[in-house]
Formats: sequence, C-alpha cells, structure tokens
Amino acid sequence: MVSLLDIIGPVMVGPSSSHTAGACRLGLLARCLVGGTPQSALLQLHGSFARTGEGHGTDKALVGGLLGFRPDDERLREALHIAEGEGLDYRFEKTTVADAAHPNTVRINLERDGTQSTMLGSSLGAGRVLVQEIDGYPVEVTGNLHTIVLVAEDRKGSIARITGILAEHDINIATLRLTRKEKGGDAFMVIECDEQPDKKAGEELRALDWVRWTRRLDKVSGG
Amino acid sequence: MYKALADAIKDAESQKKTLAAIALAAESRDQGRPVEEIRAVLKRALDVMRTAIDKGLTGDMRSASGLVGGDAAKLQQNQNGPLAQTPFRDILTRALAVQEVNAAMGVIVAAPTAGGAGVLPAILTGLAKARNVSDENVVDGLATAGLIGAVVAERASLSGAEGGCQAETGAAAGMAAGAATEMLGGSPSQVGHAVALTMQGTLGLVCDPLGGLVELPCVFRNATGSAIALAGIEMALSGITFAIPVDEVIDVMGEIGREMDVRYRETAGGGLAATPTGRKLAKERLYQIKRSES
Repeated sequence: MVSLLDIIGPVMVGPSSSHTAGACRLGLLARCLVGGTPQSALLQLHGSFARTGEGHGTDKALVGGLLGFRPDDERLREALHIAEGEGLDYRFEKTTVADAAHPNTVRINLERDGTQSTMLGSSLGAGRVLVQEIDGYPVEVTGNLHTIVLVAEDRKGSIARITGILAEHDINIATLRLTRKEKGGDAFMVIECDEQPDKKAGEELRALDWVRWTRRLDKVSGG
Repeated sequence: MYKALADAIKDAESQKKTLAAIALAAESRDQGRPVEEIRAVLKRALDVMRTAIDKGLTGDMRSASGLVGGDAAKLQQNQNGPLAQTPFRDILTRALAVQEVNAAMGVIVAAPTAGGAGVLPAILTGLAKARNVSDENVVDGLATAGLIGAVVAERASLSGAEGGCQAETGAAAGMAAGAATEMLGGSPSQVGHAVALTMQGTLGLVCDPLGGLVELPCVFRNATGSAIALAGIEMALSGITFAIPVDEVIDVMGEIGREMDVRYRETAGGGLAATPTGRKLAKERLYQIKRSES
C-alpha cells in the first residue's frame, strides 16, 4: 500500500534517495544488531553501490547510519571524520555478493564489545530498504516498523509463548512471518510490532531455552 | 490510497470536496492516523522545502564532483531574459536551487524522489508567493501531489532505474501541475487534465546522468520539468482538456519505461552520459572525488 507520506518524503540529505537515504537506513539497522556504535565495521559494496557510491555519499551515509545519524541529519556529510572521533574503525571493500543481487546491496560486518554481527541488505529506491540476511539467516526486514528477528527450535506452541510475552508487554503485533528450512529444523521468525519492544521483553524472549538468538531492529522509515 | 485518479476525481465531485481533502481522508484511513497529524508532517516538509530554496539561492552550493552548483543564483540575478520579473522565472530559479542543495548533500524533501525534488517545491512555493496563497492551502497542495504520486507509483513507477526520467522529473511535474491547478482554484477534473497535459510532454524522457550521479542533467531537468508543468497548469486552468484520460497517460508512461533500454535507466550507459564529453567529464570528476576523499 502506497502512503502519501512516502511520496512527499522522506526529508533527507541528498543527493539520492536510494544511494544516500537508503544507505543510511541500512547502517541504522545494522547498528541495532550490535546494540550501538560498533568499534569496527567492514562494509562490502555490491553493484551500483560500489560503482557510483562515492559520488552519492553512500560511504558517508552508511557510516553515518552506523553512528546513529538519521537520513535527514546534516552530520552525514562529515560522517567519515566523525567516525574517527567516535572510535569507529571502518573499511570499505568492493565485492560481488551474487550475480542476481539487487544493484544497491551491501554486506555489513560489525563488532562491538566482542559481539559480532553480519547483515546483508539492499536499497530498493525512494529510500526503501530490505534486509535479506542477518548472521547468515534469511530474513525480510523493511524497517517500516519495530522488528524482532528470532531463531528458535521448531516446536509446538512456540508462537503462542512468544506472542504471549509480547502481549504482556503491551506490544501489538502488526505482522508475523514464520519460515523454516525443514521439518524439525530452526524456525525463523520476523515479528513487526506497532510499539517499540522494551529491553525487558527482549530479555524474556532470550531467556527461553529453545530460542537460539533474537535481535531487535528499530523502525527507520515509514513516517 | 487510490489506484486511479479517475476514482479520486469521481469521489471529490460527488462529495463536493477537493482532491486534497479526499487524499487526506484516504491516507488517514489507510494509516490509522488523524488528518491533523498527516498535515503536520506535510507542513514540516514544506518548511524543509523553503529552507532548501533559500539555501540554494544564498549558499555556495558545490556538488561532490563540482559538475553543478551556483546556477540558481545566476538565474536569479539575470535581468535580460524574456522571463525576467515573472513568477515563471522565479519558479525555474527555485527548482535549480533545490537540486543544487541536493547535489551538495544538503537537506531536501524527496518528493517523489531526490533526483526530481526541485519541481514540486518550485511550483508550489513560487505560485504561492505570486498569488498570496496561505500555507494551509500549500499543505493541501502537497496532499494532492501525494495522491497523484501514489497513483503513478501504483500504475507506473517513480524510479529512474525502472522508468527513466519520465518517472522522476516527469512524475514530479505531473504532481506539481495537478497540485497547483487545485491550489489556484481548478476543479478536480481540471486537476486530472493538468496532470495529463503535463505528463504527455515528458513521455519517453530518459535517465542519463553523467557518471550515474544525481547532478547533470538532473539539476537542469528540474527546471525544464517545472516549465512543462507550468504549461500544463496554464492550459488546464483555461479549460483545455486532454483527450486521453489521465490514468491511461500514466499507464503508458509505465509501459514506455518498461520497454526502455537499460542504458537509459540511470546506468550512465546511454544518452548524455555516453556522449564523448559526458564520458570524459564523468571519468575526470569521479577520479577527483576519489582523490579528494582519500
């Protein structure tokens, strides 16, 4: 469904909604995976991100996102210099993720206080983004809502338990997508929420012994 | 949101409302947000648009590659052209100003995209100044523009990579023409004709930026796109109608975009980007960007 506010917006630092605003949002989402500004980042650029990214400030926008700057933050212009002061050691690499990958794709490898995480995401145009992979698990995250990504053993009643915890924390589920590779294999859950899940809810989910890991990604777009 | 402008026009006429009111009601329903909240977001967008125009006119805007910048001020100062002292010239100046800010990594509103971000603010704020239109009515204009853009997104495309420049500055011109026609008192049906009369003039326009950067010709296409929008507004408000219904014009824009060779869809493989000088400039400038950042 197209929203009027997606058409008149976003408010953003130029020059390109896909190469700048979208890149910044991918950085913001990746930052969530390690819970703050990472100490080191390896950003592998694919396709048009690699070819014309420099002229579009894609590098600044990605690093700015990792620093927690939003697409309309004028500090994006100086993000590469600010990163040095914030102790973020970043490195760019040109690569081919896969021949069929979207032209504006980046793989972001992060480390913060011993926590490592890898995210693969694409900028689809008009500032819209799609995260396709987190730590090797296939996902589909748009950043339009607060999102919980969770990998759990495939067992009966798991959804009821998880949605129960969210309900206890007064969090309404907008969408829930469950997939698995095989019967009895790991279940991947992407839960989009209307409210921002609090830290406590995350801890309770993590405490379930059949939950392998869970990550919370903040809303980065959608008005 | 509506998938056909004809449906929105029909609803506006039967309910005796403006397209802006119809669009705001639909958005409120879709997103579960009160109309006032949506208007507040649009008002903020308008403020950002005005700030970008001011910055483009007064600031020393230089793009990353140095290919564009400083031309809005040049246009504003020239007193010899045939359009001197007219709102028309003021609008062209505003369009350049926003795009120069965009190319220099300044803050703009992507409406519908960053590459076509100059047209809508130029037309709406330029005409608002010339005709003393209140901010409230300009915000209505943004709502009408959003409705038109949403229909284009649904039926065709708003991406140069998918549909060429006709889907970026062309769509922006259509949005601006429809919005301004209503802002200046046009009926919902005149809005439809303004969009059709404008977009017929941008059909087939390719996306061919030098080096793939949103700079050249993008900055100038926002000015020429605004000129085409002004022609559409003028004709529609005079009661001129376009025989092909607006939704069919939008559909054919999408069709032409899908048929368009990939060289003409933002890849810098054809058009101005692939001219001998286009290639040479892109090569030199991209090298310069790399050197200045390393």
